[in-house]
Amino acid sequence: MFGLSALFLARFQFAFTVGFHIVFPAFSIGLAAYLAVLEGLWLKTGRSAYLDLFKYWLKVFSVVFGMGVVSGLVMSYEFGTNWSAFSQKAGPILGPMLAYEVMTAFFLEAGFLGVMMFGLNRVGKGLHFAATCMVSIGTLISMSWILSSNSWMQTPRGYRIDEATGRFLPVDWWQIVFNPSFPYRIVHMGLAAFLCVAFIVAGVAGWHLLKARREGRQASEQVRLMFSMAMWMAAIVSPIQVLAGDTQGLNTLEYQPAKIAALEGDWESESRAPEILFGIPDMENETTHYKISIPYMGSLILTHSLNGKVPGLKDFPKEDRAYSPLLFFSFRIMVALGMLMVLVGLWSLYLRWKGKLYDTPLLHRIALFMSPAGFLALLCGWITTEVGRQPFTVYGLLRTSDSVSPIALPSIATSMIAFIVVYFIVFMGGITILLRTFAEEPHPGEHGPAEDQPQRAAGTTQVSHQPPSSPTAGAGMAE
Amino acid sequence: MTETAGFWLPVVWALLAATAIFLYVCLDGFDLGIGILFLKEKDHDHRNLMVNTVAPVWDGNETWMIFGGAALYGVFPVAYGTILPALYLPILFMLLALILRGVSFEFRFKSESPMSQFFWDISFCGGSIVAAFMQGIILGTLVQGIKVENNVFVGSSFDWFSPFSLFCGLAVVIGYALLGATWLLWRCEGELHDTMRRISFTLAGLMLVTIALVSVWTPMLHATYMQHWLDMPQLALVAPVPVAVVVLAATLFLGLRNPRSHLLPFIATLGLFFLCFSGLGINVWPYIVPPTITIWQASSPPESQTFLLVGTMFLLPLILSYTAYSYYVFRGKMSAEHHYH
Repeated sequence: MFGLSALFLARFQFAFTVGFHIVFPAFSIGLAAYLAVLEGLWLKTGRSAYLDLFKYWLKVFSVVFGMGVVSGLVMSYEFGTNWSAFSQKAGPILGPMLAYEVMTAFFLEAGFLGVMMFGLNRVGKGLHFAATCMVSIGTLISMSWILSSNSWMQTPRGYRIDEATGRFLPVDWWQIVFNPSFPYRIVHMGLAAFLCVAFIVAGVAGWHLLKARREGRQASEQVRLMFSMAMWMAAIVSPIQVLAGDTQGLNTLEYQPAKIAALEGDWESESRAPEILFGIPDMENETTHYKISIPYMGSLILTHSLNGKVPGLKDFPKEDRAYSPLLFFSFRIMVALGMLMVLVGLWSLYLRWKGKLYDTPLLHRIALFMSPAGFLALLCGWITTEVGRQPFTVYGLLRTSDSVSPIALPSIATSMIAFIVVYFIVFMGGITILLRTFAEEPHPGEHGPAEDQPQRAAGTTQVSHQPPSSPTAGAGMAE
Repeated sequence: MTETAGFWLPVVWALLAATAIFLYVCLDGFDLGIGILFLKEKDHDHRNLMVNTVAPVWDGNETWMIFGGAALYGVFPVAYGTILPALYLPILFMLLALILRGVSFEFRFKSESPMSQFFWDISFCGGSIVAAFMQGIILGTLVQGIKVENNVFVGSSFDWFSPFSLFCGLAVVIGYALLGATWLLWRCEGELHDTMRRISFTLAGLMLVTIALVSVWTPMLHATYMQHWLDMPQLALVAPVPVAVVVLAATLFLGLRNPRSHLLPFIATLGLFFLCFSGLGINVWPYIVPPTITIWQASSPPESQTFLLVGTMFLLPLILSYTAYSYYVFRGKMSAEHHYH
């Protein structure tokens, strides 16, 4: 009983900390790319609104990135504290990949972050843009390594198992890094990060558009520009993401059919399978209650053919099944949010064509409500793929129960409480600051973190650091 | 051939890991030290100035700790899998403290009410102290030894709670505070500079006392440690260490007394850290989890170590060079009149 609880707490703690962490890298990946695009467009066109938006979102980036670093620091040690048996066995393969992530990505990001944040007036425009690009490239490299490791745990390749120690030994690094699920996962996750940020940007812009309308004025050029950019992303990237998700589904069906069965709530393997829209899977009685389903759709979606055979959970021994009730819903929430994003994107295209993108308060309100949609979908997707890997840490080879550390229950319980308290404080602090930043409308002559410095050092007196108005500022702001 | 690779790869990696840890201790040492010095420096503007000296570089400093974790995981998985469970609570509390302190960098500047500013100042200072103290405990516990059987930690949750490790915790807090103070006296002017110079005297004295105590205490923990300091071939290697400590301590005090010397005290403190670090290294060598697991027993297979080593040879110099560049961009004295403009 107690052994089980320690394992459960170790899992819960890891899930809690990684779930908290994953939000910030996703935010950083999307936002760094957005910043690089904004600065690039500013350099190319000379339009100052791009620079204003760059500085506005840079303030957000500084908060998000810092939270990503410190919550990520926890992850690099938690493999050892909570999963020491796993670390010893899979360390020879996953450890070097993680170390490469740090060397090729984390140092790159951190090394150029200072210049990106505070260096615009110190190093010149070209070099500064290079620094921004380095940070953005760093986030993408980091994502590649960590998803490669994650994918290896899902679809392990290129290893052999040492008989004496039970360790996974590397045989072919190429196969390890480019394992079968990696290409699909990286596309799906990368697009997800971009969508997360697109909908945050859209939500902030939507709020300011609504506010300006309530106050009977035109929203600033900057607000309209960022709303437009975010809606382009939603219109273009969400449909691509649906396709990417579909191909990842096919890949999962090939390599992890048990996961598919669990997330679909299917118990019997069958051809011409229906797609269950709603139901409550029951692990005990091996059935799904209150099913509402569409005939043939299951086979059609999963195999792209009406006669395709779809796996059922009963094909797999009881002890090898992932917990279907959780997967069933996390998967459906993710898909539903994805569909909503596609609809928003398409509607924005229509409104843009009609010239009403900035004059449709309903769209702005929807954008505001959907601002966390990207992150919710991301977390649901992450739960689906990770819980779907259970009861294994290395799929089919190493069980979660054989991966855990010999840590006493009271220690884990203590640290769990400490984690919840600290993360709660940090998260509340971060959210408060982000919301306060978002509440300010991006405006001409926006000052970023660099120009904030003297205010900080000067202390009590608030100094205004508005540079002389640029030609476009304050004018009619025709786009 | 594989025999020699099996011998040399872990040695090379042990040196690389030691270098990474030492870089971490130096770099994050002075920025943790700045947090600790909040205890002494209450003035709000001065505090802002202190934090601004590290604001552009602290993320990078902390990355060395992530690197340490990842490299240990990849290169010495057995050490990673035994040290971390053994030090479960100190490590988690260190990480939590680093989180609180890390977010305080941004939060304390961005909070508007005096109440929340006060809160984030406390968490910056408290987080720095707890992180430093836990790092000392981790170091002390490791030197003292960890109970391992068949590559699994078999001790109890509170093995780390001992007089020696607690004293090491205190020593690290003092050491980091000195690093922070000498860093600030280099990077700042005026009143803050003078304050830091004054504090450095006291801290330097305290640090020398702790160095002396730890140096005498450590060899008494294990017979193998003692042997390093008694047997002839090794003795020739280690004898210069205490002598160098005395020389550097004298340099540090001379630098602190000379008002025109700004950089020297910081360099001398770094030198002292290097000596302490190598002194401890000499004691525990060749064990990575004293007193049972050597670096060879803890190693991942040569395939893993080679794979990582190839990249490291190119990447590490690159990382060092752009880290240096970042420090170069933000060089020079910081003062209330001189900002990032």
